[in-house]
Amino acid sequence: MSTATNDGVKAKPLLSLRGINMTFGGVKALKNVSFEVLPGEVHCLAGENGSGKSTLIKVISGVYRPADGAEIVFDGETISHMTPAMAQSRGIQIIWQDLALFAEMSVAENIAFQTLSGSRPRFVNYAAIRGVAEEALGRLGVTLDVDRPLKDFAIAQRQIVAIARALVGEARIVFMDEPTASLTQSETDHLLAIVRTLSASGIAVVFVSHRLAEVLEISSRITVLRDGALVGVYPVEGMTQSRITELMTGRTFDQNVRARDVAQNPVLLSVSKLCRPGEFEDISFDLRRGETLGITGLLGSGRTELALTLFGMRRPAAGTIVLEGRAMRFASNREAIASGVAYLSEDRLSLGLNQPQSIADNLVMASLNRILSGRLISPGKKRALVARWIAELGIRIGKQDDAISTLSGGNQQRVAIAKWLATDPKVLILDAPTVGVDVGARAGIFEIVARLAETGLAILLISDEVPEVYFNADRIIHMEKGRIAGWHDPRATTLKDLEAAVYA
Amino acid sequence: MRKLFLSHTTEFVLFAVIIAMSFVLGFATERFFTLGNAFDLLNISAVNIIFAVGLLVVLIAGGIDISFAVAASIVQYVTVLALERIGGGGWVSGLLIAACFGIMLGVINAFLIHRFRIISIVATIATFNVYFGLLMFFTKGVSIYNLPDWLTSRVILYEREMADGSWAEITLPVVVMAVCTFATWLFITRTTTGRQLYAFGDNPEGARRFGINIGAMQFIAYGWLGLMAGIAGLMQAHYAQEVVPNALYGRELDVLAAVVLGGARLGGGKGSVLGCVLGVLLVSITQNGLNLMGVSPFAFKMIVGAIILVAITLSSTRIGNLAPVFATRKSTDARPADKGES
Repeated sequence: MSTATNDGVKAKPLLSLRGINMTFGGVKALKNVSFEVLPGEVHCLAGENGSGKSTLIKVISGVYRPADGAEIVFDGETISHMTPAMAQSRGIQIIWQDLALFAEMSVAENIAFQTLSGSRPRFVNYAAIRGVAEEALGRLGVTLDVDRPLKDFAIAQRQIVAIARALVGEARIVFMDEPTASLTQSETDHLLAIVRTLSASGIAVVFVSHRLAEVLEISSRITVLRDGALVGVYPVEGMTQSRITELMTGRTFDQNVRARDVAQNPVLLSVSKLCRPGEFEDISFDLRRGETLGITGLLGSGRTELALTLFGMRRPAAGTIVLEGRAMRFASNREAIASGVAYLSEDRLSLGLNQPQSIADNLVMASLNRILSGRLISPGKKRALVARWIAELGIRIGKQDDAISTLSGGNQQRVAIAKWLATDPKVLILDAPTVGVDVGARAGIFEIVARLAETGLAILLISDEVPEVYFNADRIIHMEKGRIAGWHDPRATTLKDLEAAVYA
Repeated sequence: MRKLFLSHTTEFVLFAVIIAMSFVLGFATERFFTLGNAFDLLNISAVNIIFAVGLLVVLIAGGIDISFAVAASIVQYVTVLALERIGGGGWVSGLLIAACFGIMLGVINAFLIHRFRIISIVATIATFNVYFGLLMFFTKGVSIYNLPDWLTSRVILYEREMADGSWAEITLPVVVMAVCTFATWLFITRTTTGRQLYAFGDNPEGARRFGINIGAMQFIAYGWLGLMAGIAGLMQAHYAQEVVPNALYGRELDVLAAVVLGGARLGGGKGSVLGCVLGVLLVSITQNGLNLMGVSPFAFKMIVGAIILVAITLSSTRIGNLAPVFATRKSTDARPADKGES
């Protein structure tokens, strides 16, 4: 996917930084980093969490001021002290990961918010705002009802609103921080098409993403950071995902299909003709002891709804769930947990973990009845339980009482898994277990999954990232529009074929 | 029409509840459906609506205020004393003085909240106590009955004798209420500052990144409520023809309930003037109806509380559950799991 300025490697850079150093409380977040973006190119900024990507973006946008000796040149102009206002006026636009949009306000107001800001009060010209918004959306080739409040729209459309907003500010360079983190494949494809449109119209795009496949697809050059230092700048030609992972982590990972033959293991969970109209229909499968069954499919294919039904949070309209030979009718997820079903939810940040609470409190949340002494929680039993799982899953923490928010994404996810393992489940449902988790940490999570399967735990691995289920599941169900569209054996198919089937 | 309904669900539901209640009351009592009673309702509700539109602005900006009603009591007292000092004054000077003192008391809240980062509910519970304590201490609980003549004489802007010999009247507080309501509507929907208040209440961090002056937002919101509280205070003194230090004590919760009933969200970013007015009217109509039906006043609070619960449940239930006609949208929207409000 070559972009407009592929031949312009020697062209004058639009943005160039040199000698950027940044220290927070004694920790060097950026060590003598340099960074360069050419006009109209799509440039990827790659690195694990904590590698300094976000800090670098904040330096460029003027939120942080780097240590003396830094040099920032934008469009030939040397800028000694970048401020947010200067960045804005020069067309440096940042689309933050949290989008910074206003849910209750209309799409038009969100896009044209710049015309509403400023401290001098003016009357609002709604016609002009609508015009600005429609024009910006038009440049992206998108039509949305701009009068409806933003909260009516799904995350993918909100993303587009955020991009349209950047365009209103006469963008010359747009930074996108993890823009695809919560998008499905088709939404991602649409977003990438928009990025190409921007690039073709001469706007440089700096793309920060965990998803290496799309990085390779969209960008012309890659800058890799590790531990706050520059690893290097590479043209995308000849790059592979595993090479980028190596550069980002400094380690090598080989991905092999882990699938094993588990047909001899006894059936633990048997689902037959399960149905919830409008969500999923006619779902039948057996899950065996020690098996990792992958479920993949696009958003809206009914994956999560199925998982929630197995977990007792929704009632099936028809069909049966048999666990260890006993037919189950869960009235609530409390019953499901008591019967040995655990569900690691899709949205760890808002649903799975209580961010301000401590690591220990989060970890014991689902298994409080196991640490009682009489009728009260025993601090000793609690510490022992937490210590056991911290050790078992190799979670790197400071103190048990530190807030969970002090941990990296990968370690938070391990705590979330530990929380469910502490309930001593027989079936563990993992819904999108690596969202927001670094490449390096992902490997660690799947090590754990593999080890758990060896101990006899039956695992349902749900993910819309096909490679994840391909490499880590024993068998794969492909769901489409609420039905099972096909069964796949990773040992008998290639990743390409599987992806082709799912994204068809 | 459907679009309008979807974007103003709360207002429509409130309106429907009001209509339904009016029908019941209209059949149950003789007087409810008279022009005189309708005007009475407006006269009675005027003060609360002025309070309500002021509080609405603070709620939209993501704050809350418990102190505005006792602040209005202070304004009444201080204004009457000041008018005495200047030798009587008139409506213009009276309103100006009340507005200034009102804004001052509101700004004190904004200062505490912004400068010392005190959570708004805690800050205003504190000022609520301080304001009321100061008022009772300095007045020793003594009321003022000796008000300037212009303030106690009823200003009737429209009157008509009804067939039964009673009079239907529109009085000054209703007109002042209309002006305050319109001004607030203009301010929050048609000025950039008003839209910034919505944005700030909706997503403070997002607003900050746009360079919106956070401090200014707080001062404007609490200042506006102070202004409205000052005006409402004077109107209440005019209506009651006396200044009683604890006359407005407890009014803050009635008004807060009515505003939230009208669709404003505790937490910011949401709320409309129309909803706010309907919220106050619903409560007033309930009380008025109970009065006409001869229900014991001791039962009022209980019944008003129940009506608030019913109305808020109706307006927060997903529309699809109430009227399936409107549910078809759901499938095409892929509505994300938002905070559960509608």
